[in-house]
Amino acid sequence: MNDGRPRKQVILAAHFPGVNNTTVWADPAAGSQIDFDSFEHLARAAERGCFDFFFLAEGLRLREQGGHIYDLDVVGRPDTMTVLAALAAVTTHLGLAGTLNATFHEPYELARQLATLDHLSGGRAAWNVVTSSDAFTGENFRRGGYLDHADRYERAGEVIRAAVRMWDADGGEFEHPGRHVDIRGRFAVPRSPQRHPVILQAGDSEPGRELAAASADAIFSRHSRPDAARAFFADVKGRLARYGREHDELKIIPATTFALGETAEEATERARHIRRQQVSPQTAILLLEQVWNRDLSAYDPDGPLPDIEPDVTSPSIIQGRARMYSDPIATAADWRRRAEARNLSIRDLVIEVTGRQTFIGTPTQVADAVDDFVQSDAADGVILIPHLTPTGIDDFVDQVVPLLQERGAVRSEYQTRTLREHLGLPPTNPAARDTAGSARA
Amino acid sequence: MPGSPLLLAVALDGGGHHPGAEATDPFDAGYWSRLATLAERGGIDLVTIEDTFGPPRRRDPVTARPDAALVAARVAPLTRNVGLLPVITTTHTEPFHVASITATLDHVSRGRAGWQPRVSVRPEEADLVGARRAPSADEAFAEAGEVVDVVRRLWDSWEDDAIVKDVATGRYVDRDKLHYVDFDAGSFTVKGPSIVPRPPQGQPVVAVLAHVPLADELAARAGDIVFVTPAAGGEAARLAEIRAAEQRVGRDGEPLRVVADLVVFLAGTASAAAARRDQLDERLGREWRTDADVFSGTAAELADRLVAGPEAGLDGWRLRPGEMVPDLAAIVDDAVPALRREPAEPGTLRSRLGLPRPASRYARSAP
Repeated sequence: MNDGRPRKQVILAAHFPGVNNTTVWADPAAGSQIDFDSFEHLARAAERGCFDFFFLAEGLRLREQGGHIYDLDVVGRPDTMTVLAALAAVTTHLGLAGTLNATFHEPYELARQLATLDHLSGGRAAWNVVTSSDAFTGENFRRGGYLDHADRYERAGEVIRAAVRMWDADGGEFEHPGRHVDIRGRFAVPRSPQRHPVILQAGDSEPGRELAAASADAIFSRHSRPDAARAFFADVKGRLARYGREHDELKIIPATTFALGETAEEATERARHIRRQQVSPQTAILLLEQVWNRDLSAYDPDGPLPDIEPDVTSPSIIQGRARMYSDPIATAADWRRRAEARNLSIRDLVIEVTGRQTFIGTPTQVADAVDDFVQSDAADGVILIPHLTPTGIDDFVDQVVPLLQERGAVRSEYQTRTLREHLGLPPTNPAARDTAGSARA
Repeated sequence: MPGSPLLLAVALDGGGHHPGAEATDPFDAGYWSRLATLAERGGIDLVTIEDTFGPPRRRDPVTARPDAALVAARVAPLTRNVGLLPVITTTHTEPFHVASITATLDHVSRGRAGWQPRVSVRPEEADLVGARRAPSADEAFAEAGEVVDVVRRLWDSWEDDAIVKDVATGRYVDRDKLHYVDFDAGSFTVKGPSIVPRPPQGQPVVAVLAHVPLADELAARAGDIVFVTPAAGGEAARLAEIRAAEQRVGRDGEPLRVVADLVVFLAGTASAAAARRDQLDERLGREWRTDADVFSGTAAELADRLVAGPEAGLDGWRLRPGEMVPDLAAIVDDAVPALRREPAEPGTLRSRLGLPRPASRYARSAP
């Protein structure tokens, strides 16, 4: 499976539970989504497990559906960099990764914040670059929704290049005369321990993959099913040569979920229980509305699927997150077929079609599956998304990580200091200097 | 009267406020941890953390600074009582981000956050964000008032009990308790609500450093604390100017807490303290002057000066250590004990300032 190559180290990251229905807030064990104790608990657990990094996403506008703030999932979150800086005080080795939107942050400010975090954490900062162009989010910002959709990756490329130029200025003068980012001056932050904080990218579209191949250190991928993950892995790694980059210079780390049990049956039952928590009756209807693009509040979540067709002519009813289904009519037909074949209610069907946990089983089975996933080149590691705040990765750390350590797939103690070193990345990311957003011919 | 003890703040910046002070590494987290824990040990009510949007100004004692809000966050988990007020610029920054950062700092410090808004009028700072023109001082201060206003609205945009976690209906929040701020300042608009749930203090503390009437009015309109820089003996006259500014802008509610800045050089004798200052001047190669009054003397003499503040109507002092580590240590170990202050009750920064926790302005019926 790994062609006699040495065993790959499994990169492990812990994602703070986010504002979607993966996070189960209704469980009696669920804690605060905003108290610092919750962030500290998850980060300390990750560090106990010798994880590579902690991950925190960013919110810039509360999501809406049907013109109302979406109230069924967790709502609200802290400022990313502020929490990461505080976490630097209560951890010593764990990488600290956060999302900063390249559209709605000034490149100078985000470069300064990241360089500051890198200093204050002793070289543990990482930046997940995302882009957006929607006018909805723009309503909270000076610039508004100013960017054409097609331009967002071009801007993201310029923002990355400008940031790297500032980090390379070593406290001196820099200049970035670009179409989207036209800035110059003195960048008054001396060289930080990593010089280039680790750059993560999450885009999955063609330009997103290209930008990642050109300039990212790691990809936060959405492909966790082994076949799709291997295809994605091969596709993106195959793009690296065009940018003069080596196979190992870009790490692929998919978002994954898990459910553990003492026996396989218990784990399966636990996974089923979590899925029912994640899809409450109300959530089932709201998720169905995202396909049908119409008000379905009159339907019974324990009853059959609607026999009316999705509304494909009206504007999308959801705002503040990506639209998930490109062909609603076909999706609806498929779902109806599946529901009728097995006599599934709306809620049963939504539970089934909106994904199950990536890894389900005993600690040994999950350790095997995670290790195989990485050794078979489906990924270089996993970003674990727990369903519970703040204790969601505790069992994984205490039961699965020791097994991965026994087989040499995960470090037993930190041997390195900076996040770049933990990840086995080159000391800097020269690819991001000049080629961001444009392949060498 | 109880509830209004002498307020003591310390301004943290580089290796000290005298540019001749020995350079320290302002990017070393350990340095900031040491300063913050030292201030906390001395029962200091709050520390401010200096910053500018772009590179430090020529008159500043340092040539580079870390992002002050992140420094404040970095020391928050290491302290329990001291208030943390970073400088955050209002001119080229996004008001929405400023609100998120300050609210989050309040969450990570469990109710000890504030901020000191600052304007940016230097062209080299405008260049850092692109082709934007550097504003005039009038424009920048007017906009700063709008930014503080919208930030305060965003802090209020979640009512305190907006998170309901009602399992029966599946609702995490009561969306009737989340509010659009729909703010239009002319130069920017913000829709809201905040992305961050209401901060523990409800309204974190806003402090303005004021030398000119424009800044007096910004403080009077938008601040909780004003830092002023009177010469010795000029405290009462400066206070009268602040009260006049409050009248001009029609401030109601709590009056500004008026806190005077004082640079301090401490030593065992007055002559030794003066000699320390002279040595730093020598190292700098010229006599150093600054905007605030400069005190050099013994800790007991400093304590006498500080207790006289309330007689002139001041609420307190912000001490600027001439040389950061030795002077902060002397403030904490020698001057503060001489003041015989009652130890403050643990609590939020607002409670230390005697400020009540306000209900959200959007709450339909204040409890």
